[in-house]
Amino acid sequence: MGDISLNTNQYLTFRLGQEHFALEISRVREVLDYIHITRVPRTPDFMLGVINLRGNVVPVIDLHLNLGMEPEDRTVNTCIVIVEIDLGHELLQLGALADSVEEVVEIDSDKISPPPRLGIRLNTEFIKGMGKRNDDFVIILDMDKVLTAEEIEEVEIAASVVPTDLLEKGSGGAESENSV
Amino acid sequence: MNSPQSFKDAFIAEAEDLLVEIEECVLDIETNPEDMDAINRLFRAMHTIKGSGAMFGFEDIASFTHHVETALDFVREGKLKISTKLINMVLKSRDHIKAMLEHSQGGPVVRASQTEDLIKVIESLIPNKLKNQPPRETIVPSMLPKTPTPVEKVFRISVKPNENIFSFGMDPALLVEELRQLGECTVTPYTGSIPTLDQIAPVSCYIHWDIILFTNFDENAVRDVFIFVEDECETKILDISDNRDDIPKVGEILVSKGDTTKEQVEDALRRQSRIGDLLAQTSGIPKERIKSALAEQKTLERKKAASQQETVKVAAEKLDALVNLVGELVIVQAQLSSISRHVNAPPLQTSVEEIERLISELRDVALNVRMMPIGTTFAKFRRLVRDLSSELGKEIKLETEGAETEMDKTVLDKLGDPLVHLIRNSIDHGVESPDVRLASGKPSTGTIRLAAQHRGAKVVISITDDGKGLDVDKILKKAQERQLIPKDADLSEREIYNLIMAPGFSTAEQVSQVSGRGVGMDVVKKQIEALRGSVSIQSDTGKGTHIELSLPLTLAIIDGLLVEVDEDKYVIPVNSVEECLELTESSKAMDKSRNLLKVRGELVPFVRLREVFGIKTKESKLEEAVVVEMGDSRIGIVVDRIVGDHQTVIKSLGHLYRNVQGVSGATIMGDGNVALIVDIPSLASIANIDEQQHLQQNRSVIQ
Amino acid sequence: MTKTIMTADDSASMRQMITFTLKQAGYDVVEAEDGKDALSKAESGSIDMLITDLNMPNMNGMELIHAIRQIEKYKFIPIIMLTTESDAEKKQQGKLAGATGWLVKPFQPPQLTAVIKKVLR
Repeated sequence: MGDISLNTNQYLTFRLGQEHFALEISRVREVLDYIHITRVPRTPDFMLGVINLRGNVVPVIDLHLNLGMEPEDRTVNTCIVIVEIDLGHELLQLGALADSVEEVVEIDSDKISPPPRLGIRLNTEFIKGMGKRNDDFVIILDMDKVLTAEEIEEVEIAASVVPTDLLEKGSGGAESENSV
Repeated sequence: MNSPQSFKDAFIAEAEDLLVEIEECVLDIETNPEDMDAINRLFRAMHTIKGSGAMFGFEDIASFTHHVETALDFVREGKLKISTKLINMVLKSRDHIKAMLEHSQGGPVVRASQTEDLIKVIESLIPNKLKNQPPRETIVPSMLPKTPTPVEKVFRISVKPNENIFSFGMDPALLVEELRQLGECTVTPYTGSIPTLDQIAPVSCYIHWDIILFTNFDENAVRDVFIFVEDECETKILDISDNRDDIPKVGEILVSKGDTTKEQVEDALRRQSRIGDLLAQTSGIPKERIKSALAEQKTLERKKAASQQETVKVAAEKLDALVNLVGELVIVQAQLSSISRHVNAPPLQTSVEEIERLISELRDVALNVRMMPIGTTFAKFRRLVRDLSSELGKEIKLETEGAETEMDKTVLDKLGDPLVHLIRNSIDHGVESPDVRLASGKPSTGTIRLAAQHRGAKVVISITDDGKGLDVDKILKKAQERQLIPKDADLSEREIYNLIMAPGFSTAEQVSQVSGRGVGMDVVKKQIEALRGSVSIQSDTGKGTHIELSLPLTLAIIDGLLVEVDEDKYVIPVNSVEECLELTESSKAMDKSRNLLKVRGELVPFVRLREVFGIKTKESKLEEAVVVEMGDSRIGIVVDRIVGDHQTVIKSLGHLYRNVQGVSGATIMGDGNVALIVDIPSLASIANIDEQQHLQQNRSVIQ
Repeated sequence: MTKTIMTADDSASMRQMITFTLKQAGYDVVEAEDGKDALSKAESGSIDMLITDLNMPNMNGMELIHAIRQIEKYKFIPIIMLTTESDAEKKQQGKLAGATGWLVKPFQPPQLTAVIKKVLR
């Protein structure tokens, strides 16, 4: 896909488990040391909760879980990477947990290959491509899709919650009279 | 049977009789052209066909018959002689009307050319000198509801009925009443001409009025009020809308009304005292005329003051930004206060306390800027009530009270929809049709009363109608049908009323109904709860329904009770907190699985925040409970620890958490951590669902 | 108190329609098929308002209005005349005879109730 954001070829690399990942630097707002995350009840596990970012309430997600990896224990290196996500109608600040943040690298667009269909045991939906770094590969993430994929799921859950009798009993005739 | 169709049928039957009569009359006239009685009967028959035909949608018949009637009118007046041609014409016309009538019942089409040919014949029979009389101009009151315009106008109306106005069956007070229907009136009565008791004629009218009317209707609508009394009433209507910006002096008003002259005013002015008093003394203007002028001036001033308030227009965005910034300030200040408490430096503490005071003042002022009177929202409902009630053939008047009650614009903006729905409900289901009302001894006009008032940190808005009230049996039956309650449920009246707000009570079929718009009371309840408000319903069978919405003044700030579960803190809105208590074994009811709390002898169900929120760490040994009121019932919320009062700015959890249940927002505390705000109604409902599921699981285990 | 309105009209369909409209609006209705009938029913009974057609056999509307106003108890009741002739002359005559107002045929039921509201408390 010819995404314009690929033109900026600077990337922030970070580690999740044993894998190395990268995010376009233009999308990264800042990197925070790990701070207490307030859990929000009854939400999917990958949604860790919210933090206070200079007076704003910002959600934090655990990418391990999004990508289908095992969660890692927290260490002194654990960071929260604040990224900006385009929801189409608004920009949203989102924190993503990283086991450690590495460096900012330049990856030319011709060194980025499309995500492999097979062979990596990760959820490939929001992998933008594989970037070549030295002799190694980094997985470039498409953060915009991280949320949309989850959101679709969420909407489906929400829809299934609607009581069915609400939808079915629409054909009766004389009953509306006594509903106040 | 009394539908428009049956009126049509009645007309057709009547017209058939009249056509027979027309034939008889014509034959009578043919034998005796002097038979005035027959001529009159003939005219009347045609006249009735024309008049009633037009009433019931037979415009073609009416307009054709009009020509025959015109000719017959000349015959009646002796201006046109009976001739064979005329007799033939009438008979032909009669047959033509019959054909048109038959066509309306599925008979063959009557060609327009036939009608035109016949009209030509009729015209040819009427001598030219009788024709071409210009149609006489006349005022026809439309009597149809007029539409208000967005522009508010001001009229000065002077109504001076003749003494004999009552003998025309007209009560001039009704004129004033009718003006009131058009808008806000300031009425000054002149009672000076009432004679002494021994001279009074009880059937004469001695009073006249000056009225200042603020209305969104145009001058024609105002003039229409007086349409029947043009001759019985001296009426002056003057549009003084332009005077509004430049409020005239009392003297100027008096001069413009012709009550005094400019010279007299100037003379009085030279003496430098209150112009009104002076004029009364010096020029002999009756006191009440000055009173009327003063009333006009006052009304204009008041209106101007009100409109000036509105003219300070600030984009809502800017206000929101201001409130947000103040919110940030409140948070930082809380942090500052918490730090200063740990540092032993009295001068710092003094400054911090001072800042605390200033910021709390600043916060109040900032929030106050965003406050708006609820009246603007109320005003929109006048039209709704008017249109909807006439659509349903009901007579309903809307009364409002407390329009000046202020609340945060953000709350107000979201209040429109639920209020529209509640009012529609009252119109559609609450207030009965006039005949039903009269039969039950009520006035034919129903009343819906919309009132707002401050009650503590809340605004209470009530919608009261004097309709038939809620039908407890019907609600129970429907709730059982919808399987919202078991067949044998024993519910209090209040619980039954609350059923109408249960999801699934109203059905989708309402979309097509007047009141429906596709939302039920459950949606209203949700909308109000989203505003951190509550709904309560009272009803008196046969007497009416009273719905009360209790809403916070603002959504920006919350007075909360800070509680702790595990290491996270939560805020419970203080305005719903009834009491706090320590959870001891004795205060828990006997059966632990029942989750009931004994609060001063009463059993209150409780939920463990830890359980509902799925907090997986080990249970705390000590627990405390916060008893909160929720609508009409109470529940206990069990937490590890109650921390204390906490006033703070509400933050949205944002897009990602928009569907979250049990919490309504977040707030940032002094230590920089985020605390979640507990959404009590939603908490109770998920606790309820959890319990149901739990029960079902248990049941299936047993089976 | 339910108000009683009399409709005097020689057209049965008109009477039916007026009666229906008035009953819907919560009034009691007395029907009369011509002026004479109206006068005798008014004399023997009690009405709060009269709505009358002008062109009727056996005493026309003008005569009826005049006669009704002569009756002591009806001196001040509202009287509305229904006219097809929308001419000022008839209205003037009607007012002189003692009518309160008028309504021009054809009209819609809401117009009728609006007129009543104008004159009947």
